[in-house]
This record gives sequence, structure tokens and C-alpha cells, in this order.
Amino acid sequence: MARVQALRCRECGTEYQLQPTHVCEQCFGPLDVVYDYTEVTRGLRERIASGPPSMWRYRDLLPIPDGAPLVTLDEGFTPLVRAERLGAELGLRNLYLKNDTMNPTNSFKDRVVSVAVTWARAHGFETMGCASTGNLANAVAAYSARAGLEAYVFMPADIENAKVVATSVYEPNLIAVRGNYDDVNRLCSQLAEELPWAFCNINVRPFYAEGSKTLTFETAEQLGWQLPDEIVIPIGSGCQFVRHRRAAGELLELGLVPGDRLPALTAAQALGCAPVYNAWRDGTERVRPVRPNTIAKSIAIGNPSDGPYVVRIAKETGGLVEAVTEEEIVDAIRLLARTEGIFTETAGGVTLGVLVKLARAGRWKGDEVIVAYLTGHGLKTADALNGSAGGRTVEIDPTLKSFREVVAV
Amino acid sequence: MPTIRIPGPLRSLSGGQSTVDVEAADLRGAIERLDEKHPGFKSRLLDEEGEPRQFVNIYLNDEDIRLGDGLRSPVKESDEISIVPAVAGG
Repeated sequence: MARVQALRCRECGTEYQLQPTHVCEQCFGPLDVVYDYTEVTRGLRERIASGPPSMWRYRDLLPIPDGAPLVTLDEGFTPLVRAERLGAELGLRNLYLKNDTMNPTNSFKDRVVSVAVTWARAHGFETMGCASTGNLANAVAAYSARAGLEAYVFMPADIENAKVVATSVYEPNLIAVRGNYDDVNRLCSQLAEELPWAFCNINVRPFYAEGSKTLTFETAEQLGWQLPDEIVIPIGSGCQFVRHRRAAGELLELGLVPGDRLPALTAAQALGCAPVYNAWRDGTERVRPVRPNTIAKSIAIGNPSDGPYVVRIAKETGGLVEAVTEEEIVDAIRLLARTEGIFTETAGGVTLGVLVKLARAGRWKGDEVIVAYLTGHGLKTADALNGSAGGRTVEIDPTLKSFREVVAV
Repeated sequence: MPTIRIPGPLRSLSGGQSTVDVEAADLRGAIERLDEKHPGFKSRLLDEEGEPRQFVNIYLNDEDIRLGDGLRSPVKESDEISIVPAVAGG
């Protein structure tokens, strides 16, 4: 039996041959990759342990044909940092941070894009595309350069300058669209039907999305092949969140971790763009779109495709959906930097902000193993801290006198 | 006449056509007319309660109808209605 078998609709179960498509023709539900892991189960943990120090150590659990050459920049296998000082502030004795800011283009998107570009090149595509809030564009531009493929990346025209520079340096075709992310996405879905391109988050999404699983695979391996009690995850479209449920399920089914209990999966949104939180609060899976207005632009998605599943999975696993204000986002970024020496972008501030909010509200006793996924680097959104960065900044003359007078230690 | 853009996955219902013109006063009427011309659309687009399915996004020109008046939105001669499947992000 082939390891990578088919695509299956998450809603109605209709199966499709492996192909670049993401939507069920029957019900418009999203398509997921179906595997048969029978032949990879034996000796799997040893094969992973002897694999490369990147996310490709989990190749057996990813939808890439055997033998296809990888398009990789050694993404993944990022540090799982034990956060003792931050934990002490929050009364959490087993708090960990998955520092995915350490990826080649400084966000978790390198994982999904490495899979997408590898898949696309293996299937004869010559051009990559994506609709992006910035991080995906960075990664698509870099990995397309690495693979020698043409790239067209579409972003809202108001995206952070750092993300524009960090994309255009790889010389893709950068298309700034006068509209928000949801507008960009709609345009790209229509383009994807006309053009023979591999749009990461559209027609090759079923394959692309699978790359996110490696965050949770690594977390378990780095905890000594244990699942944590709870994971806090930022929510844009919810695509990533759904994969962590899948990854945890696969780890249990494959016997890579003991027990049968899924970690609680908790979803974090910015109140300025909180369609999933709104649905959770209202007790429904029907997610109504909103117009985003938040500094957390990388997750400012007003119409989240996987929103209903986020609500369902949070409930199923004993997690929840929480949201934080702009001020709480910035405070959390500063708290993290001050206590752990890690600088995360605004989406990471959302994740941390929710962690802080829940800890202070008494959600945990203190012994639980809790992991927060920090999915992007702070330099990408440095402007968000203009005027509010912490610490002490003074200016002096280059003399001892001036130092003694002004700094006064 | 208002024009409805048909997404790839549903063009088997419209005989391969990427656009269909319909005579209607509002969006709900437009979907009814579309279903009369090409049976099958209504059940694909709307749920049992007659509302757009969760994974179906309908746009009137550039606007997601759920941000406005939904299927009650009036449609004009020159309007373009787009049906777009939900997509992932970031």
C-alpha cells in the first residue's frame, strides 16, 4: 500500500486522487491527505531519532513522495525552551516555549512552505504563489529562490515594511493588493483557477498544511516523547490549529507517545480580529466574518476557513478560545523579552497574552506541562513596539562625567 | 443582468461555464434563478435553513455578504456575484 493515499473531504468523506485541489466538489469542505502508516510504524521512533536535525526527521509522516528531493533550509527542530522566569511570574512550574522564531525566515511558515514547494516541484510546477499576511510571503519567496522556481506573492498593501523587505530580497514578483487579507485571498482563489501555479494556501493546501504537524511532533520528542497537558496556539485561519490535533492523534495512534489523552488545545486571537473567539463565546461553530483591525497582522484573518474546527477541537480536547487586547499583546511581548530573552512578533504576543490572561485567571494549578507556540520573530513587527518598548534608554556624551551624571549608577 | 462567477469545483453543474447571467432583484433570487438554469446549485450553496453553507463564501462585487445584508442584499444590472470556497491563510 502506498503511504500517501488520497485526499478526503473532512465534511462528507468523499475521496479524491492525490492532486492539487483543496475543496470538495460535493460540499465545499476542506480536503485532507489520507495516509496508510502500516509500513512506516515499525522502527519509526529510531528512524526519527537518527534523522536530520530539522523537521524532515518526520518525513515518514509527511505527504511527500518517497525519494522526491527536498526543498529545505533546515527548517524546524527549533528549541523547546523551558521558561522558568516567565513561569515564576505566572505560577507555572512546567512552562515551555516552542521557539519557532528560529526558523530560516523566522516564522513557522517555513515548515509548511518547505512541504509545499517540495511537493510542487516534485509534481512539475514551475511557479509558486500565495496570499499572505507577510510571513507566508517571506517563506514562499525564500524557498522558491532555493528551488529555482518563479514566485508570485500577494499581500495586503499595508503590510509591515520589514515583511516587504524580507520578501522582496529574494526577488519574487511581489503583488501589493489594495485591500485586506481576506480580499487578497479571494483574488488568489480566483487566480488559482486560471493559472497553472501552485498556490501554497489554496490548491496545494492539503499538502502544505501537513507541515504544521511537525511543531507538535517536535514538542513531544523534545519533552522525551510525551505530550504536554496543554498547548496555546495563535489563530489566523485556524489551519495550523487543526494540524496540531491531527499530529497529537497520530503520535498516540502510532505509539510514539504513551497513553491515550490528547493535550488540551487552546486557541489565541487578538480581540481586534476575533471571529473564532466570538463563535466560541456564543457557543456556536458558525463563525461569522469580521473586518480585522489589530497590530497582529500575521493572524488578521477576518474569514477563517478552519474556524469551525478550531471551536470543535478546543471543546473536544478541553481547551478553550481566548482573546486579548492590543495593549495585552504588547505587554506580553515585553514580558517575554524581559523574562526569557526571546523577542516574538505580535502574533506571538497574542499567544503569550492569552497564556498570561489564563494563568492570572487561575486556569492552572501550576504543575501542568504547558507549551506556547511562538510562531514568528519580533523584528518582523518591531514597529508595533515603537514608543512602548521597555527598559531604559538615555543619551550621553562620550565622557566619564556625562556617564556619571546621566546614568548615575 | 447581474453575473454570477462560478468556481472551478462547481463548473460541472454549469456545463463548464465560468459565468452565468441571471435576472433577479436580490441575492436569494439570483441563486434561485441559477438553480433553475442549472439544477444542483442551490443544494450545494445553501444549507437546510436556506443560509450559505459554512465553507461557501459569497461576494457581492467585492463585499462578503455576511458582512452586509446576506442573501437579502439587492442586486443591480451591473453587479458581479462571486462564489468562492474558503481558503487557509497566513
